[in-house]
Amino acid sequence: MPNKKKIIATTSLAGCFGCHMSFLDIDERILDLIELVEFNKSPINDIKKFTKHCDIGIIEGGCCNDENVHVLKEFRKNCDILISLGECAIMGGLPALRNGIPLSECLEEAYLNGPTVKDANPRKIIPNDPDIPKILNKVYPCHEIVKIDYFLPGCPPRADLIWNALYALVVGNEMLIPYEVLKYD
Amino acid sequence: MAKKIVIEPVTRVEGHGKVTIQIDDNNNIIQSRLHIVEFRGFERFVLGRPYWEAPVLVQRLCGICPVSHHLAAAKAMDVIVGAGTGEGLTPVAEKMRRLMHYGQIFQSHSLHFFHLASPDLLFGYDALPEKRNVINIAIENKDLAVQAVLMRKFGQEVIARTAGKKIHGTGAIPGGINKNLSIKERDELLKGPNPFNADMMITWAKAAIDFFKSYYKKNKDFIDNFSKFPSNHLSLVRKDGALDLYHGVLRAVDENGKKILNDVDYQDYLEYIREEVRSWSYMKFPYLKQLGPDKGWYRVGPLARLNTVDFIPTPLAQKEFEEYKSITGKISNICLHTHWARLIETLHAAEMIRDLLNDPDLQSENLITKGTKAKRGIGLIEAPRGTLFHDYEINDNDQIIKCNLIVSTTNNNQPMNESVNFIAKSLINGKSNISESMLNAIEVGIRAYDPCLSCATHAFGEMPLEITLIDSKGNIIDKKSK
Ligand code: SF4
Repeated sequence: MPNKKKIIATTSLAGCFGCHMSFLDIDERILDLIELVEFNKSPINDIKKFTKHCDIGIIEGGCCNDENVHVLKEFRKNCDILISLGECAIMGGLPALRNGIPLSECLEEAYLNGPTVKDANPRKIIPNDPDIPKILNKVYPCHEIVKIDYFLPGCPPRADLIWNALYALVVGNEMLIPYEVLKYD
Repeated sequence: MAKKIVIEPVTRVEGHGKVTIQIDDNNNIIQSRLHIVEFRGFERFVLGRPYWEAPVLVQRLCGICPVSHHLAAAKAMDVIVGAGTGEGLTPVAEKMRRLMHYGQIFQSHSLHFFHLASPDLLFGYDALPEKRNVINIAIENKDLAVQAVLMRKFGQEVIARTAGKKIHGTGAIPGGINKNLSIKERDELLKGPNPFNADMMITWAKAAIDFFKSYYKKNKDFIDNFSKFPSNHLSLVRKDGALDLYHGVLRAVDENGKKILNDVDYQDYLEYIREEVRSWSYMKFPYLKQLGPDKGWYRVGPLARLNTVDFIPTPLAQKEFEEYKSITGKISNICLHTHWARLIETLHAAEMIRDLLNDPDLQSENLITKGTKAKRGIGLIEAPRGTLFHDYEINDNDQIIKCNLIVSTTNNNQPMNESVNFIAKSLINGKSNISESMLNAIEVGIRAYDPCLSCATHAFGEMPLEITLIDSKGNIIDKKSK
């Protein structure tokens, strides 16, 4: 169908939201973008569940808890194309620094040993309520959980890279990404 | 039979969270909770890293206000390299950092007000969910949307020229900064073609306050009664009591404005602050040690800051501050006044940016201070969302051996829970049907804190808004989510 707006969904899993912020750094081009696409589920609006099948799903962050895995699978089910945006989605990123450390040590450091908790948590509580998601043993990059179609590197990927890639996908052009906008930091 | 309501994910806030509300047979609220559902483990995995990595590592907690983490860590590292506790840097180093920080305040406050919160004000919190977002603002009020985009962009450009990069920059290093501001960079910000210059940003920030004030006139009842409860308030203030978002002493006041923490040195924060751990949230609950967990919790952020400071050291923002005070009185415990306070700070940030850009110190060459190494360094800063604490200890090999972070949103944990409870009680108590707009009202309450739940749990994402109805025996009767 010609002229049909492409539908985009975005989510942040175990990311810092910097990738979403970099997306917003396309600045005025965001006004052009909304002429071309329609947004479905995304943290910037109030659509909390998919209401339509989407053309493009943009994933920030890897998976650090069972809920991230669930959301990522939902995205795979509901989107034709999935993009891993940024280092965290691509390889776990900074949160994956914990992968070499037993999870229990991370929890103990945060809730039992920290200077402002060590004498203030006499019952040695570590959060574990059924209302909060379970933390995975390590942080997984998205492509280890579902198939990912495109990877945009950077921490965060530069706004120009996000724009070039999205624009190409939306209008169906070949992706022309100049060397200078590809940064692996 | 009691029921439990779960709101999941809470959207248009920067973070991962979920709300549960328990109600009894008569639909009265028994308990409400804002759960933070993410955990990162930062405090553990930075151990063993060299100390100079902290300013670039730890900011990856939060891409919304990375500059705050970058600078708080750098301030802690200043202490470690013997460059003093906030006053030992060279003028160019301190002013470059200040410029970076006020750029950050300006972009973050603009983002929050226009992109995330204003849809509720413009369209009403009971508007259709598909309408209640910034894209709809772009469709219905293009001029306002352009202004919102450019204000955020301006702040980001200030950051790019001081930190080297808009997000996760590298400008601040232990003991100083790694670049000054060239005349060309200065002029791009100071004298850019309209509207992209510091003067225009001041004009627009002022216009945003006027927009809020006229909204307030028409909706005073709603704003003043939507969510209010007494609390303590905490922030850094400059030694003379002025608003200073980069450096100062710690001050806290109680619900009536009485000082309960009297301008203390933040290197001693451990004497005053503790955190409670609760099983149902990954986010801890800080409180003032002297008052204990039940009475000692406090609010931070724009509302708290305008409660703790005596004045604002830039003229236009000071004028607005006086008008604000003439309406709120000595102290405000009203949650939605936060938006007003945030806009006054936005104006202050724009004035600071202009004044700093005009300061020739920014072109000096003397970027770094060196001194005698210390083993422990504590850095605090007023991030857009409130006081941010970084505390590090190192060993003889320059490795970090202890790290404690209390981020702004964590400080607001109990207040956000109080807001949820207040709004749930006033809107849901006794009602048998729960509507989407009631759920959004709860989110509006949370959103006023501009919670960056990403940093708070040392994470981000979308915030689940899911309401579960549970009976008195704990059985789930009904579950509604949006
Ligand atoms: S890749 Fe970088 S900017 Fe993106 S979520 Fe991860 S830490 Fe944040």
